[in-house]
Amino acid sequence: MDEAANDQTVNMGRLRWHCRRGLLELDLVLQRVIDRGLLEELSEQQRAELFELLHYDDITLLAIVSGRAECEEPRLKGMVDLLRSV
Amino acid sequence: MSVPVRKFDAVIVGAGGAGLRAAIQLSEAGLRTAVISKVFPTRSHTVAAQGGVAASLGNSEEDHWHWHMYDTVKGSDWLGDQDAIEFMCRKANEVVIELEHYGMPFDRLDSGKIYQRPFGGHMSNFGEKPVRRSCAAADRTGHAMLHAMYQRNVKANTQFFIEWMALDLIRDEEGDVVGVTAMEMETGEVFVFHAKAVLFATGGAGRIYYSSTNAFINTGDGVGMAARAGIPLEDMEFWQFHPTGVAGAGVLITEGVRGEGGILRNASGERFMERYAPNAKDLASRDVVSRAMVTEINEGRGCGPNKDHVMLDITHLDPATIMKRLPGIREIGIQFAGVDAIKEPLPVVPTCHYQMGGIPTNYNGEVVVPKDGSPSVPVKGFYAAGECACASVHGANRLGTNSLLDLLVFGKSSGESMVEFIKAQPAAHKPLPANAADFSLSRINRLDNQKSGAAVGATRLAMQRTMQAHCGVFRFKDMLAEGVSKILEIEKMAAVTEIQDKSKVFNTARLEALELDNLIEVAKATIVSANARTESRGAHVRDDATDTPERPDGRDDVNWLKHTLWHREGNKLEYKPVNMKPLTVDTIALKKRAY
Repeated sequence: MDEAANDQTVNMGRLRWHCRRGLLELDLVLQRVIDRGLLEELSEQQRAELFELLHYDDITLLAIVSGRAECEEPRLKGMVDLLRSV
Repeated sequence: MSVPVRKFDAVIVGAGGAGLRAAIQLSEAGLRTAVISKVFPTRSHTVAAQGGVAASLGNSEEDHWHWHMYDTVKGSDWLGDQDAIEFMCRKANEVVIELEHYGMPFDRLDSGKIYQRPFGGHMSNFGEKPVRRSCAAADRTGHAMLHAMYQRNVKANTQFFIEWMALDLIRDEEGDVVGVTAMEMETGEVFVFHAKAVLFATGGAGRIYYSSTNAFINTGDGVGMAARAGIPLEDMEFWQFHPTGVAGAGVLITEGVRGEGGILRNASGERFMERYAPNAKDLASRDVVSRAMVTEINEGRGCGPNKDHVMLDITHLDPATIMKRLPGIREIGIQFAGVDAIKEPLPVVPTCHYQMGGIPTNYNGEVVVPKDGSPSVPVKGFYAAGECACASVHGANRLGTNSLLDLLVFGKSSGESMVEFIKAQPAAHKPLPANAADFSLSRINRLDNQKSGAAVGATRLAMQRTMQAHCGVFRFKDMLAEGVSKILEIEKMAAVTEIQDKSKVFNTARLEALELDNLIEVAKATIVSANARTESRGAHVRDDATDTPERPDGRDDVNWLKHTLWHREGNKLEYKPVNMKPLTVDTIALKKRAY
C-alpha cells in the first residue's frame, strides 16, 4: 500500500482496470464512477488514494462501500465517500 | 513478425480456484509453472462463492460419497457423466482436508471437526432426507479458499503474470497444444508463452446475458480461445438462472424476500403467480416462478420502458419487519435499483448465474475431442478445469456447493495429469509453429486499423439483450430460431468492432473488444445448441417440450440423452453419448427428477 500511496502518477487505464473486481456489486459501483467521468475529475493525489483503496480485498471493500464497515485508513475517507455517494 | 517468447513447463490461464489448485500441484512437483491472470488472483470471481464446498465428511451425521453421487446425477437430470461424478464425489473429502491443511479457516464444530450445513439438493440415503454436507467459512468460503491457495502457490514459487490477458491457444501442425499468446496490459505488448502443457481455468461466461450475477471479468476467455482453436464446446445450452436478480444490475435478491411475503406483479399490478401456481403462488419453486415471469414479459405484460422485467413488491409489509428481517434487501434496492423497497416495488428478472457446459474434458482434466470415430480423444498438452470446462459433472443442472468442489477436484486432477504428461516428455519443448503469434497480432492489428466499425459497448449490449430475450431461463421455439439469426447478425458486428483509443498502456477499450471476441463465441454456441435440443432437461426448458406421460417434464431420453458438441466452423453440431457407467458402482438408472 505504501508504494501505491507514494505513486502520484497512477495511470488512468490502470486505475480503470483495477475497477474490475471479483464481485458484481463492486463492478456496478465502480462502473458508475467511470461512466460519470468522475475518474477524470480526480486530482493525482486522489487517484493515488483511490488506487490504494482498490487494493483492499473484495469482501472488505464491499463492506466499506456499503457502509457496513469503516476503512482503517482515515486519509482514504474522501474516496470512500465518493464510492458511497454514486 | 517475431514476438518475445517466455518458456515454462506449464502455463495456466486463470487464477481463480481451479487455476490456483492446479498450480499448487505443478509447482510442488518442481515444474516451472506460470499463471496468467487478468486480475489479481484473490480478485477472481471465485471470491463470490458463499455457500460452501460439498464433501461427505459425515462430521455431523452419517453421509457417504455414493449418496452425494446419486444427488449429483439426479441434479444433472442424468446428463452428467457418471464416471466423472463418482470421481468427484469420492475425491471430495481428500481435497477438502488438503485445503484445511493449506490453512483454510473452515467453520468448526465444538469437537474441532469441520462444521457442515445442509444445502438444496444434498440428501442422505439416495434422496431420502436433507443432509449436512456443505463445508463453509462463514459466508466467505470462496474468498478464504482463494487466499489459502494463493499463499500456498507463493510458497511453491508459482510465477504469476498478473494483469495479463491470454489471447489465443497455440497448436502445432499435429494439433498438439504448445502454448498461448498473451498481452501484458501495462505495455500492450504481445508475448508467446511456450509450454509443454496448457491449462485453461478461466471461469464462466455469464456476461453473455443482459442480467447476470457474474462479475464483469467473466467473459468466457478460455471458452472463446478454445473455440477459435477448433475445439468443440460441450452442452453450452445449459445455464443456471436465479429467478430474482435486480433488473439491469443482476444482483441477487434472496428467495427469503418472497418467504417474508413479497409478491411478484406485472405491469398492471396483477399478482400473476395466482394464475400459474394457485396454491403456492409466489412461493412456487424456482423454475415455476422463473417461467411465469418470462411468460409475463414475453406476452407484453412486463414493466418499464422496455417491458423487460416484473416487480417484486414488499411495500405492503410493515417497514419494521423489512428492517428487521430483510435489511440487506433495502440496501440492495437503494444501491442497485435506485428504489427504496419500503416505498416502491423492486424491478426483478430471472438472472444468469452459472455455466454448466464448456470445454469438453474427462475426469483427468484432459481436453477431449471426437477423432477417428472415437467421441473423446485427448488433445495432447491441453487441459481445462472449473467453470470453463465440462467434465461433465453438472450435466443439465448444477447442485449448490458442487461448483467449489468441481474446481478443487478437477483443478487437482488436471494438475496431476499435467505433471505426469510433462515428466514423460523429452527435456526440450516441442517447437513452436513459425506463425505462433500471427493470429493474435492480426486480431490486434485489425482493431487498430478498423474504420467505420461497430462500437464495442453497443455490440455487447445487443448480444446480451438478444440472449436474455431469446435464450433465457424459459425458451420458446420460435424465439430461439429468431435468436439464432439475430446472434449471427451481431457476430458480424463483433467482427468489425472499432475502438477510438489506440494507445498501448492499459487500454481498457482494447481489452473489452478482445473480451467481446470471446463472448460472442459463447453466445453462438449457447443459442445454436439450445435451438437444436428439442426437449426440456434440467436448466434447458422449452415451451414446446412439456410434461407428458412418455416424456416427464419434457425430457426425451430416447432422442436426447446425449451431449451436444458445437463446432465454431460452420456452427456445426454433433453429439456424443453420456457416460452412464460409473467407475466402481452400478449405474444410477434413469428416472424422473422429482424433489
